[in-house]
Amino acid sequence: MNKFSDNEIKIEFISKSNNEAFARISVAAFVAQLDPTIEEISDIKTAVSEAVTNSIVHGYEDKLGIVTLICKLHNNDVYIEVSDKGKGIENIEMAKQPLYTTKPNLERSGMGFTIMESFMDELSVESILGLGTKVTMRKTIKQTDELEDTQVTLEEALRG
Amino acid sequence: MKMEGRYYEEDKLLIFKINEEIDECSVKEIRRRADYEIERFMPREVIFDFDSVTFMDSAGIGMVIGRYKQLNIIGGRTEVANLTDGVRKIFAMSGVLKIIPEIDLEKRLEKFNQTDDKKEVVNL
Repeated sequence: MNKFSDNEIKIEFISKSNNEAFARISVAAFVAQLDPTIEEISDIKTAVSEAVTNSIVHGYEDKLGIVTLICKLHNNDVYIEVSDKGKGIENIEMAKQPLYTTKPNLERSGMGFTIMESFMDELSVESILGLGTKVTMRKTIKQTDELEDTQVTLEEALRG
Repeated sequence: MKMEGRYYEEDKLLIFKINEEIDECSVKEIRRRADYEIERFMPREVIFDFDSVTFMDSAGIGMVIGRYKQLNIIGGRTEVANLTDGVRKIFAMSGVLKIIPEIDLEKRLEKFNQTDDKKEVVNL
């Protein structure tokens, strides 16, 4: 059992796209204490990046607002919550469809929710029009007896 | 440099080597530079080299498909090379590799290494 289990951080930042990298790197550094593999950390970073990008690009549509990121560790589970007080999603089921995008002219691939869904073990989306959106994700970090070198260190997580 | 470009006149081949994380933020500049060079050289072939891309999210899919569409109009093809694990996972799940194939860049450039004439290569 990991002595660090049960831990939590909360980060609030303004909706600037420069903060996408900050958000995913912060989560990666925090999650490193569960000894995830490089692939697990990469999956989590990608999912966080997608969720935060959604809040900035779609939620606030490049207006300034606050994005709240909460990350909780419980046993071997990572819980991530990304929320905004932006315009909300009209039809969540449609938004989750692969390739669906409301902004095709800006070269959005419409793969954001599909990536979050497949890279994490659980995804739920709550949204109220005009009030905002909250995305909650969970991923279990598998405990393996594999060689040490498959484990990502804090230093590696920060680097890439 | 965040993105290095090289142009091989003989084959009308344009290569972009991306040296940064690709997300919605960084992709704007990558797209702007790529479009500028594509318009300037009108290449027959464009290869994106991901060797030093340590992170990419779905913004990379949109960027590559966007260039593919543009190249299609001028009759050029688009390819990707040196995909790192995370990048390949994103491309594979989106189905992009079916229309934009992954190629062996080293092999593709073999013929240029053998010639002494380096005048034909432009570093951008």
